[in-house]
Amino acid sequence: MTTDPLEKALLKGLAENDRKATETIYKENYNMVQSMIINNNGSVDDARDIFQEAMVVLYEKAKSGNFELSCQIKTYIYSICRRLWLKRLQQLNRYQTDVGGVEDSVPVEEDLEQQEQKNMEFHVMEKAMMGLGEPCRSLLDAFYLQKKSMTEIASGFGYTNADNAKTQKYKCLSRLKKLFFAQYKNQVV
Amino acid sequence: MTDDVQILEAVERYIRGEMDTPEKEYFEQLRTSNPEIDQLVVEHSIFLQQISQFGERKNLKSLLNETHANLVNSGQIREEAPKVKVIQLVNKYKRVLAMAASIAGLTALAISGLVTYFTPKSNPSEIAQLKKELNAVKISQKQTQKEISTFKNAPTRPATPGKFGGTGFLIDGKGYLVTSAHVVAKADSIYIVNTKGEYYKAKTLHVNDHTDIAILKIIDKRFEPISRLPYGIRKVRAELGEQIFTLGFPRTEIVYNEGYLSAKTGFNGDTISYQIAISANPGNSGGPIFNHSGEVIGVLSGKQLTAEGVVFSSQSKNIFKALEVIREDSTAGTIRVNSQSSVKGIDRVQQIKKIEECIYNVMSY
Repeated sequence: MTTDPLEKALLKGLAENDRKATETIYKENYNMVQSMIINNNGSVDDARDIFQEAMVVLYEKAKSGNFELSCQIKTYIYSICRRLWLKRLQQLNRYQTDVGGVEDSVPVEEDLEQQEQKNMEFHVMEKAMMGLGEPCRSLLDAFYLQKKSMTEIASGFGYTNADNAKTQKYKCLSRLKKLFFAQYKNQVV
Repeated sequence: MTDDVQILEAVERYIRGEMDTPEKEYFEQLRTSNPEIDQLVVEHSIFLQQISQFGERKNLKSLLNETHANLVNSGQIREEAPKVKVIQLVNKYKRVLAMAASIAGLTALAISGLVTYFTPKSNPSEIAQLKKELNAVKISQKQTQKEISTFKNAPTRPATPGKFGGTGFLIDGKGYLVTSAHVVAKADSIYIVNTKGEYYKAKTLHVNDHTDIAILKIIDKRFEPISRLPYGIRKVRAELGEQIFTLGFPRTEIVYNEGYLSAKTGFNGDTISYQIAISANPGNSGGPIFNHSGEVIGVLSGKQLTAEGVVFSSQSKNIFKALEVIREDSTAGTIRVNSQSSVKGIDRVQQIKKIEECIYNVMSY
């Protein structure tokens, strides 16, 4: 667990989707990751992808409540990015034994495994959502993601009352669930 | 279906804790007694968790993208181009490069060694032969020069037919002709010959590749000016369907052809030319297009290869444009153009008889 109260505050902010905290972490770490990736056969776009992926990992970590960050945010992000980039290089068959900086990094394998699982789940849901037609997609998006109330949704989508919207929502929901679980069970079990 | 929806609604309300106590008790009882309902509750809670994580992740991603864009815009982070890469690559492949270079060097040495070894040694007799050949060339050159000088004194008549042939016609009896620009393009010298077989030398006064019009001037002293041309040049646009005819030199003999105006615009709608239906062959280029009363409405310029019977002619207004340009240059004498035709209303055969002596075969060398 990081001992610096400032870093703790930053992580808390990140977990709460605080714009300022996110920006601060981003600003302080991005250039470091970018030069690491560019110096190892990567492009600016690669750097951005990898860095944002690492930010997601950090976010999940911060959100889980029990901050087990045993080092500085900088070290953690660097370690994650380093692992992720090595993996990407291997996938592209651009064999590279090392990208350097082992001594500065901490073991992050466990976190990354969890992250991979979550990424998979994210894609399954994304696919299920995409498989849903309109207006179902927007309707569910409004209710579950934007967390709008049924009355708001009813007026926004032009339903006569909230009950009508609700019935429609449940119909859409059962379709989405079917799509989701069809994929989810295949991949998770 | 409605049942399913109702059950789903109940499950969701139960998970979200939206039920009041008696309803909740009833539902829990149902859940214990009915394993299907229990299964549904478990499944739905997983699903709700998944969808909320999905939402969070989506928000975070858009927040990150926004942050990235903001920071790049405000210059707090910069996206640098990979400049160190080249040096790195050189370092990385130093050994490979060195080996490749030495192999290349060795190969080059070996090849040059082989070449010198196998090349036959040159001998002096060959050099002598070359000298002899040089003398022979000198002699033949002298002969050529002699020939040229005799040719220069000979009457002006080119020895061979021209590289390009086309048709031209007089627009001013003083010796000004119109032909197509592409007929005289890249011409070193131009000769024109009329139906009687008389040759005259001409030069280009003006060429417009765009409208495909060229104005020539006869520079031969033997040419006798014609006081009045039988035909005029039409200033206004021709009408669709007008009967037309042309005279030209697709062969060394003058050839007559007739047809009609098929469109008021040319290839792909260009407004400087007409589309006409007439049989035209190489050599007809530059020939005048007359309407039935013997007014020149255009100058034949080419045909479309991808379509049958589609011929284009530059519009007669382009002749006037060309004359305007020449007038501005003003080094040339004034060119007077008829607008009235004197062969109007007479029989076609008689028209041709009067016109044909003003049509020339243009040959460019």
